[in-house]
Amino acid sequence: MTGPIAEAEAELMWRAFWLMMIIIIPVIILTLVVAWRYRASGGKGDYQPDWDHSRALEVVLWGIPFAMIAVLATIVWNQTHRLDPYKPLPGADPLRVQAIALDWKWLFIYPDEGIGTVNELALPAGRPVTFHITSEVAMNSFMIPALGGQIYAMAGMETKLNLLSNDVGETEGRNMQFTGDGFSDQTFRVLSLSESDFEGWTEKVRQSDATLDVATFAEISKPSIAAPVSYYASVPDGFFASRIAHFIGSEHSHSGGTQDQ
Amino acid sequence: MTGALSVLFGRLGPDALPFYSWVAFGGAVVTVAGGLGFLILVTWLRQWRALWTGWLTTVDHKRIGIMYIVLALVMLVRGFVDAIMMRLQQAMAYDSGGYLPPEHFEQIFSSHGTIMIFFMAMPFMAGLMNFVVPLQIGARDVAFPTMNAISFWLTAAGAGLMLISLVIGRFSTAGWTGYPPYSGVEFTPGVGVDYWIWSILISGVGTTMSGINFIVTIFRKRAPGMRLMLMPMFVWTALCSSILIIFAFPALTVATAMLALDRTLGLHFFTNEDGGNLMNYMNLFWIWGHPEVYILILPAFGIFSEVVATFSSKRLFGYPSLVYATACIAVLSFTVWLHHFFTMGAGANVNAVFGIATMVIAVPTGVKVFDWLFTMFRGRVRFEPPMLFTIGFMCLFVIGGASGVLLAIPPVNYATHNTTFLVAHFHNMIIPGVLFGYLAGYIYWFPKAFGFRLDRRWGARAFWLWLVGFLLAFMPLYPLGLMGMPRRMETYGNPDWQPLLIIAFVGAVLILFGILSLAMQLWVSVRDRAALADTTGDPWDGRTLEWSMPSPPPAWNFDNVPVVSTRDAFHAAKASGQPVRTEPDDTPILVPRNTVVGPLIGFAGFCVGFGAIWYMWWLALAGLILGVATLIVRSFFDDTEDEVDPNLGARTA
Repeated sequence: MTGPIAEAEAELMWRAFWLMMIIIIPVIILTLVVAWRYRASGGKGDYQPDWDHSRALEVVLWGIPFAMIAVLATIVWNQTHRLDPYKPLPGADPLRVQAIALDWKWLFIYPDEGIGTVNELALPAGRPVTFHITSEVAMNSFMIPALGGQIYAMAGMETKLNLLSNDVGETEGRNMQFTGDGFSDQTFRVLSLSESDFEGWTEKVRQSDATLDVATFAEISKPSIAAPVSYYASVPDGFFASRIAHFIGSEHSHSGGTQDQ
Repeated sequence: MTGALSVLFGRLGPDALPFYSWVAFGGAVVTVAGGLGFLILVTWLRQWRALWTGWLTTVDHKRIGIMYIVLALVMLVRGFVDAIMMRLQQAMAYDSGGYLPPEHFEQIFSSHGTIMIFFMAMPFMAGLMNFVVPLQIGARDVAFPTMNAISFWLTAAGAGLMLISLVIGRFSTAGWTGYPPYSGVEFTPGVGVDYWIWSILISGVGTTMSGINFIVTIFRKRAPGMRLMLMPMFVWTALCSSILIIFAFPALTVATAMLALDRTLGLHFFTNEDGGNLMNYMNLFWIWGHPEVYILILPAFGIFSEVVATFSSKRLFGYPSLVYATACIAVLSFTVWLHHFFTMGAGANVNAVFGIATMVIAVPTGVKVFDWLFTMFRGRVRFEPPMLFTIGFMCLFVIGGASGVLLAIPPVNYATHNTTFLVAHFHNMIIPGVLFGYLAGYIYWFPKAFGFRLDRRWGARAFWLWLVGFLLAFMPLYPLGLMGMPRRMETYGNPDWQPLLIIAFVGAVLILFGILSLAMQLWVSVRDRAALADTTGDPWDGRTLEWSMPSPPPAWNFDNVPVVSTRDAFHAAKASGQPVRTEPDDTPILVPRNTVVGPLIGFAGFCVGFGAIWYMWWLALAGLILGVATLIVRSFFDDTEDEVDPNLGARTA
């Protein structure tokens, strides 16, 4: 399973890597060669103990790293804008998915489909996805390594991430930011499905007996490690926004505020 | 009755003892045994008086420097034990729990980072600066010797809190960066994060005072004729590092104090609720944290500059370039903090600007590497251990620099942030950059401090073990990070990761042998100290003023203050066949007298921290009163110096 964002990020990394190797490999070799050639015991080459300055050489020594960084800076400016995680990807109308980090699991809400899941994320292959991300607990970082880079999940705030899966397959996503005992196991299954299989999957979720409401949310918010996948046939409108808003409101408890919502 | 007990002991109770796991209990036993063993040894050798008057109450910058380095080496061992335990856990933990429970693993990675940065690298740097800077600038001591002792004892108090957290209570599980809201009481109640906060708060105050002390020392106490552009390179880097300290450390002090207020008084600076915002903490933390890496590495650059010139028997190439590059780095280090959280969801303009600013630092840093390279060029390179560490540094550091530039590209950072790629990068800077530099400095200046050289063969063995161990321990973490492995994993289910993690563990074992080689080097050298004696004061054919005096130097350093008219003043004097020029000077030599102020204030700081951690408020208050009262009483003492005659030794003024 691959995605254009992950591919672009990797391609960019290798391009910058090889660019730098043009300087770094010669520097390492030169260091070893010079140290050996001018060794005190049996080395060759001139000895000029007072030679400490050369204007031409100084210009070159400042010039080489400067030129390299000028090239890289141009690349950074362009690529940071091209690969801005907030920028919607071209193509079909993106699927909206809302992700809420919990201890130590992920709750996904499909607002347009009206369904929700814990620890399983299905995506239609070839269709862009826009994630809206927040946290109910400490700061998490949402990442699906096979599809591309991460973005933080923070309580009371919403961040966004645009990704796309090229092909059908299965992979794992996870929280990258340490949050306590269940962190190591805080992963979720990612299924990249054909359009029809995705339809089938949403139907399957809708068949679930469970629905997401205040009571079930209070239940799944309790810290648990490696929680099993669960499906919610319906999710109240505006649920995601309400989870962000309750941190900003004035009246609530200090224990995460799950009981009064 | 329970009321009285809770006033007396706060939240300290029998459950604070480390009986929750065998590994924790073992750590506590080793810590207590180490402390007791030291006390028994001193008693058995009847050295209490010598220890008290010679070391604990001293204000001599050289002895304070040595105590800093002893502290750093002890903490290096402690921090390394944490490291190898983590490597063993991750080598084992594929599809299993390994041997460490999650909470214990979390304490270990938190204490490893905290110790290595605050209680290994910082004291090591402070120790080298203390020992070397006054000697290199021709001064008899630092500007404020008593404050210098207070700085050391506050650092020691912080280290003491760190060590005692292993025995009484538990340490933080929130990592060395202590990000809220996880580090808030909602997610981490208990004393762990408080131990972390108070140990770095108290030592941070000491560090800030050190920064002030060295800026004043370097600006005001230089030998006559030593203009700024004639200062040895190490002094320049110590100056820039000290300036960074006084600008950066207040941000850390404020951030951790605010976090303490959140935790202890229920305020809401960084909480999820009531308008708190964790990003305020992260900005403050990294406004300190990024300059901090330059605070650590600039003095290492200074050491490499001294070492490469001495052991190439040649003038340092491009001295003005190196000075300007150092100053550039110092300024730029305050412009890049946001690259630690590119993934917070900032816009492309913000991320691109901070990414480019970060890369710009690579320019002056690259210039430095070239200057060291051209110092060796047309020189006569002697492969003594300090020079081996320097050459090793030059080869490895450029790799770490390259991975740093990669991390500075925001889209690459999105994919590699929080992975072991990042862990590999900063260890690649800090081990070959900072630690190799400090070890080179330790071996280089050791004969000046003790009058005999360190054994060469064990030094070379230590270098090769550190070099290969570093490569094996950290190169695998680069590909692991690209494979998506997060940092701080207690267990994992990906079989592809395990072989690389086993290689990394083997690397850690080699580093263990590297540390043992350093210990052997010390042992062998003390045993053979007569054969290794430095009778001339100039064992390496040195270039700067510290080599012009006997090893070890007298308490007042210079009988007559030197007069400087060139860089490499001692080398110039040797070349001309004359001794270093001095000015006839009839003013008496004054040496600051020993004082108990340093240890008292360190003890007071420890009490404040321990009291605040355990809610034993009477103790915290008593510590505060003791500290303030000590300062006030001290301020009434006018007669704090002894006059010495170089020919007769000390006598009272």
